[in-house]
Amino acid sequence: MHTRPCGDTGLLVELDSLDDVLALHADLAADPPSGTVDLVPAARTVLVRVRAATDLAAVAADVLARTPEPASTRGGDTVEIAVTYDGEDLDEVARHTGLAPEEVVEAHTGQTWTVAFAGFTPGFGYLVGADDRLHVPRRESSRTRVPAGAVGLAGEFSGVYPRESPGGWQLIGRTDHVLWDLDRDPPAVLRPGTRVRFSRA
Amino acid sequence: MITVLAAGPQTTVQDVRGRPGRADLGVGVSGAADRRALALANRLVGNDASAAGLEITLGGFAAAFPTERSSTPIGGVVALTGAPAPLTIGGRAADPYRPVAVPAGAELRLGTPPTGLRSYLAVRGGIAVEPVLGSRATDVVAGLGPAVVTEGDELPVGPAPARPVPAVDLAPPPRADGTLRVVLGPRADWFAGPGLLLHRPWTVTDDLNRVGFRLDGPELARAEGFAGVELPSEGVIRGSVQVPPSGRPTVFLADHPVTGGYPVIAVVLDADTDAAGQLRPGEQVRFRL
Repeated sequence: MHTRPCGDTGLLVELDSLDDVLALHADLAADPPSGTVDLVPAARTVLVRVRAATDLAAVAADVLARTPEPASTRGGDTVEIAVTYDGEDLDEVARHTGLAPEEVVEAHTGQTWTVAFAGFTPGFGYLVGADDRLHVPRRESSRTRVPAGAVGLAGEFSGVYPRESPGGWQLIGRTDHVLWDLDRDPPAVLRPGTRVRFSRA
Repeated sequence: MITVLAAGPQTTVQDVRGRPGRADLGVGVSGAADRRALALANRLVGNDASAAGLEITLGGFAAAFPTERSSTPIGGVVALTGAPAPLTIGGRAADPYRPVAVPAGAELRLGTPPTGLRSYLAVRGGIAVEPVLGSRATDVVAGLGPAVVTEGDELPVGPAPARPVPAVDLAPPPRADGTLRVVLGPRADWFAGPGLLLHRPWTVTDDLNRVGFRLDGPELARAEGFAGVELPSEGVIRGSVQVPPSGRPTVFLADHPVTGGYPVIAVVLDADTDAAGQLRPGEQVRFRL
């Protein structure tokens, strides 16, 4: 774990793995360093955003002194998402992974996923799985319109589009599960640390 | 209610604070691109610091104030800050950077500002649209908050605050010298000569919106060992200077994404991001430490 400067109101903490990111984010969220305004977990980093005039050296010292417990030992909500596996890229994913389409579905439903971080659009969670069989590249050209509820894969992640948007992920299915609803508190179903099981609709 | 007669190139409802603290939901901060200007406009009309106003890009805005003001007894006090667009009220010229009374039924019109990009119009009582996740700011990318303002909109005005319109009746516009202070990093080491960012002037291109603006200038090439390396997405903040494979940097403003997939060579100091929000296409800008 080490830190990189990020202006006068931020500190970027770089970690070795996504597991370390999840662990540090949970630790920081439970007891934020003095002056913290926002925590932005990502693939290998946690960005700590602070109020203007916060002593960033003190924030860095606080972060670096922490020894967060591994994320796998923490509790967390589990959400079940029912998916109709008829995505346009299912055959393409099968080709990339060397699996039959049916085996892609089994791999997707057969593991517990964890939300590593959110981004791209409100309510979009980057899910990491327990095995790497479904690691596939993004599509070579992205779609200008991906419908809400589309379930996709890209890199080491799976995700569900909370609303219609452009997107470059390989689409394997769709769900009716509403992932972003401003009338709920919090509005996002998928938050860092949330566990997800996919099932066949 | 005030009735929008013309919205200009882009007008949105904004507040100073936006939506901090929700990055874990994928929600960015948003809020005024020039927070300092909106804060001043609110102060000039006696509004709370949390009040929403209008962010008007390159002028062209016009609105009619109500003739019946039963619900907002003294509704018509406004202040214009930020880009000093020529302001007329009821056909008569009025000064920016001071509180101005608007008679019942009068029309307010803005011309095109000679300098700056975004004007801020505060109305005493604030624009009282329904807050979303604690803010009335429009995040144009995330689709949060009120819709972009269009002709024919009826914008609700809140009740006048207890505080009177302050006696200070003129506040000078801040001086802008086309220089933005930065801290190098977090990924300055990915570039062959990060000093190149500091030593040459850059030109603001017309690829510009509330997300940020792209700059034209020398190519910021990657350092040896980083050529073609992909960066896993990481958190970015307002003022981040992100460099895509083209080598031409983008400076992020209020509606930037929560995370970005290209390395950030430097970050503009928080206080200078307000001035960054006033740069217009064709202007030159320099970075310094």
